[in-house]
Amino acid sequence: MTTLALVGMPNTGKSTLFNRLTGSHAHIGNWPGLTVELMQAELILAGLPLQLVDLPGIYDLRGHTGDEAVVRRFLEATPVDLMVVVLNASQLDRQLRLALQIQRLGLPALVVLNMADEARRFGVQVDPDVLAAALGLPVVLVSAKYGRGLETVREAVERALAGRADVPGPVPLQHLEARLVAVDGELEAAQRALVQAAVRLPQQWRDRWTRRLDAVLLHPVLGLPLFFGAMALMFQLIYAIGVPLQEGLGTLLDLVGQQALKPLLAPLPPFVSGFLLEGLYQGIGTVSAFLPVIALFFLAMGVVEDSGYLSRAAYLMDAFMERLGLDGRSFVLSLMGFGCNVPAILGTRVMRDPALRLLSMLIIPFSLCSARLNVFLFMAAAFFAPRQGALVIFGLYLTSFVAAVLTALLFRGRFPSQEPLVLELPPYRLPTVPQMLTRAWLEVRHFWFWARRFIIVGVVAVWLLNNLPLGVEPASAQSLSGLLGTALAPLLNPIGINPKLTVALVFGFIAKEIVLGGLAVIYGQADPQALSRAIVADVSWAQALSFMVFTLLYTPCLSTVAVIRSESKKLGFTALSVGWSLGLAWISSFVLYQGLVRLGMA
Amino acid sequence: MHVSHRLVDLALGVPATIGSLAAEQGLRARLEALGLRPGQTVQVLRRASWSGPLHIRVGMTELMLRRRDAACVALVA
Repeated sequence: MTTLALVGMPNTGKSTLFNRLTGSHAHIGNWPGLTVELMQAELILAGLPLQLVDLPGIYDLRGHTGDEAVVRRFLEATPVDLMVVVLNASQLDRQLRLALQIQRLGLPALVVLNMADEARRFGVQVDPDVLAAALGLPVVLVSAKYGRGLETVREAVERALAGRADVPGPVPLQHLEARLVAVDGELEAAQRALVQAAVRLPQQWRDRWTRRLDAVLLHPVLGLPLFFGAMALMFQLIYAIGVPLQEGLGTLLDLVGQQALKPLLAPLPPFVSGFLLEGLYQGIGTVSAFLPVIALFFLAMGVVEDSGYLSRAAYLMDAFMERLGLDGRSFVLSLMGFGCNVPAILGTRVMRDPALRLLSMLIIPFSLCSARLNVFLFMAAAFFAPRQGALVIFGLYLTSFVAAVLTALLFRGRFPSQEPLVLELPPYRLPTVPQMLTRAWLEVRHFWFWARRFIIVGVVAVWLLNNLPLGVEPASAQSLSGLLGTALAPLLNPIGINPKLTVALVFGFIAKEIVLGGLAVIYGQADPQALSRAIVADVSWAQALSFMVFTLLYTPCLSTVAVIRSESKKLGFTALSVGWSLGLAWISSFVLYQGLVRLGMA
Repeated sequence: MHVSHRLVDLALGVPATIGSLAAEQGLRARLEALGLRPGQTVQVLRRASWSGPLHIRVGMTELMLRRRDAACVALVA
């Protein structure tokens, strides 16, 4: 198959272009010889089947970060028919260098100058024809965000591939490093000549909006309070919209189960119908009801990231993070971890120093991800009045933050780093609605793809543990789950976790999405209202709090453990991460629960 | 007018020309990729409190960099 690869610096809108070209057909692909996953999509262009791969954003093919190594390994392992080099049209004064590196390697390439709208706004004038003639490569000017010029990209790809029809198939690159070193000396002068010939830069910086906003948002005193205020507002908004949606969806799913599925499954033997309805359907239903909250979360984080505010957060927090042995990027990644820990841990690839990467990976799992949020929203609503419940959720966010800071302080001596920090602060941008919706949709789909196999296997396993050996009363002390709960009781009794909650926690190790589905199965209640009544009747609010703190701090999920293992490539470090979070969870829950008991509040 | 010799000491809003980069290979490559090359004009827009990073502008790009790293960038007097 014909292979196209997108390559470009960070902040060039490369992924937006990828999404525009591929629609929503993209999926995560594994590449032979590479242990990382890349976004890819199959598409048909002029009757020709192609695969398009989105390579990670890089500054320099010779660079030292993990992402840059990934791109080099990709080029050495995969024969590419056409490199699509994406550059930010208003920053050609430094970005043409990457196009020159590709050109000097002799790779077939097409140069896409993206963000044409921004370049015009800033008064940057580019002549693509002059650039094309000087580079000897086709050059097109587009604005992927607004969908302008996509047709010319498709035509240029077609022409470039047609011109290569008589050339024998592509071969992977060899001696990449040596060839890059050989051309390195000439790049600077070549870039300057190109800019002189084809680009007119403005005399005055024209982006007054960015300047004015930065004066407020990066203010030495107001900057941080404004940022945390904005975040608090964002979370409030997500709950205000998401929670009613989730409750409605939960009730609807229960209605379908009781009214439609139950009569349908009635002729089956009780064990089978129970398995299908109370195990599979109720478990998955409870989890899917939370998808709206997760989708809203990804949507909001996407807006914050694409607006340029997230890079400002790195600027604002860097001084604090530096004292923890981390940097502004670790803060931003932890913030992304509030959506899902897995991509946040993958994001540490932008760091070069292994010690800094490891320390960041150690704190990210403490970010209260959306899967854990599901459990907390549910438990808080079940045990507390709305006002107290909001306070409990806030307290959990605070605990998440304190746990991360404490972890960094304790371990920074073991992972010392001197990594420099130089980051781009892109101009503020107004994300468009279709761009944001596409992005949120892709992320939710990706999240569901990651989570569903664990969820399905998990809820099925919980149901089986509750209903085996055959004939046992579900979830009783004689069932397998009852036996498991009893076996772990000496360890979990002191923190107020009863055998039923124990089973939920054990399965929560696989994924936090299973915790609620598991509780629904354990208590035999699918309707959220009925489930919360059943749990409230069974445990005290102090036990519930202890359960929440434990759920917050112990290992987020198997996916996170797997990705820590694959990214750190160290079994010992993975064990440290799991062990430390379990230990911290137990100690915190112990202190909290025993404290409440001693105070006579439990 | 006296112009200081390192980017980290440059007064706010004063344009200056980059002389050389005294950084190790990795940092040097990153700085150059982001536009901090000898001969380019650079300006400090603001400094974060608590000895935090600098917000600078070079060419068509705005960047943040730590003071320690900005000390590696020598300016033309």
